[in-house]
Amino acid sequence: MIGALTPPLAVGLAVAALSGAIAVQSARDNSYPREDSDRTRVLYVRSPAMMKRVTFGFQALAADVYWIRALQHYGGDRLQKQPHHAGRKYELLYPLLDIATSLDPYFSIAYRFGAIFLGEPYPGGAGRPDLAVALLRKGIAAAPTRWQYYHDIAFVYYWRVRDYKAAALWFQRAAEQPGAPNWLPSVAASMLTRTEDRATARFMWQQLLRSEQVWIRRTAERSLLQLQALEQIDRLQAAVAAAGPTPAGGYSWSAMVARGRVAGVPLDPAQTPYEIDPLTGRVRVSRQSPLFPMPDTSERPQ
Amino acid sequence: MRAINTVAVNVFRESVRDRVPYNLVIFAVLLMGASYLLGQLTAGQDVKIIKDLGLAAISLFGLFIALFIGIGLVSKEVERRSIYALLAKPVSRAQFIVGKYLGLVLTLAVNVSAMTIALYLVLSYQGWIESAEMKAAWEAPAADPALLKAVALIGIELMLVTAIALFFSTFSTPLLSAALTLGVYIAGRFNADLKNFDQIVDSQLTIWMARAAYHLLPDFSAFDVKTQVVHGLAVPGGYIAATAAYGALYIGALLIAATLIFSRRDFK
Repeated sequence: MIGALTPPLAVGLAVAALSGAIAVQSARDNSYPREDSDRTRVLYVRSPAMMKRVTFGFQALAADVYWIRALQHYGGDRLQKQPHHAGRKYELLYPLLDIATSLDPYFSIAYRFGAIFLGEPYPGGAGRPDLAVALLRKGIAAAPTRWQYYHDIAFVYYWRVRDYKAAALWFQRAAEQPGAPNWLPSVAASMLTRTEDRATARFMWQQLLRSEQVWIRRTAERSLLQLQALEQIDRLQAAVAAAGPTPAGGYSWSAMVARGRVAGVPLDPAQTPYEIDPLTGRVRVSRQSPLFPMPDTSERPQ
Repeated sequence: MRAINTVAVNVFRESVRDRVPYNLVIFAVLLMGASYLLGQLTAGQDVKIIKDLGLAAISLFGLFIALFIGIGLVSKEVERRSIYALLAKPVSRAQFIVGKYLGLVLTLAVNVSAMTIALYLVLSYQGWIESAEMKAAWEAPAADPALLKAVALIGIELMLVTAIALFFSTFSTPLLSAALTLGVYIAGRFNADLKNFDQIVDSQLTIWMARAAYHLLPDFSAFDVKTQVVHGLAVPGGYIAATAAYGALYIGALLIAATLIFSRRDFK
């Protein structure tokens, strides 16, 4: 019977059979949904040394795979509003970046952008500046004259750890590397004399706007908008304090508008309305805003 | 020389008949598919990853061709009994071995060249469509001529794998030849570890044996400069020349050994 099939009929039957299999598969997946998300959170080989052995000759390609996995892991967890894996957010980020950079020690973006992912406060990032510094130190071991890594460590100390002495030291080390920009020594000096200072932070983010990496520039743009929002919040908070609570004892933007304290519901620099706590009057960036979480947010994983 | 040419051309024709060039289609589809998908996934690292993928695919596809055709170069002729007709002609056994080797090297050269051209075409297209600000972040230009350094060393590495496969093919079955060639290839990849054996053991005899193995096994890791060229790091011409010379001498030794073994074989 099979021998009697003409080639077009055979092709048609094969395509029909495959289409049928796909349709059955889709129907089964809809009727019996499977929990696959745990599979993407498994890191079978955690040892970079072992991974170097098993990928012989194709380490750079394996590093690319781990870099893409790190991006997906970070992006997936960051976009998840209600984390399915509560308390386990970003737990694979450092191991993935560690393996990627061990397989390809010259993978600059993995060190630099990886440090941003790791250093950013939770829930926007892993909130692990210690691991961000460890990753960048690994980059320095691979490329000791790359001033950007020293600069990024300084930045982590300044912006995430608030250790200005350490930041000054690393800015100074960055300035000593060949090809370092001429503004680094002055930043190092100002670190030693100033404490937390938005003007310095703005200056440094503006320097990062000149980075050759478009993704780092985008992070800098967002951080500058966050700084702008912090200043707006300060002004709005002062206006709320001056107006005081309504006679009913609460706070709201409609009451602030009615009393002429603000012209309308104030928008943050990303054009999302600010929120006001009806009980305390505390002004904050909305969770729906692209600027959330703000750098001073103190939410930590449970 | 004419006899060698004839044998070599026949090996090439046979590989075309065996549809070996089909791998070029797979390679082209892989690269084009990757270049489309990677832009969405890699935070601006698509050109780096296309280079990594392209060079790894050239190396891997070439390895498969060298291994699976190389192991059958001699043993297939013996199994099919066509060796009797061949050796009855005015072709010496040495010419037969060298001709077989050069035929497969020609097949590999055509494949590697075609894959390299495809890689450069995809990279040139990426360089053409990418914005100036993205290009500023690249460590090396998209269609970087330095990639040819990595391709050249991959080519010599594949020639060495072919020589090993041919060597084993002269005295063992295709299955055993495949296992032995793959074993030598993997051991050769980890060769650098043997060199530093003195850091983990104290026994002088063990250290001496490890050093001997380091020198006797082909040093495949030396041919791998893919990471350096992708990141735009310098690969000195002297290093390439020394590695190429090492490869040529090792291949020469293997071909002489293969000829010697094949000359002593009795096909009665």
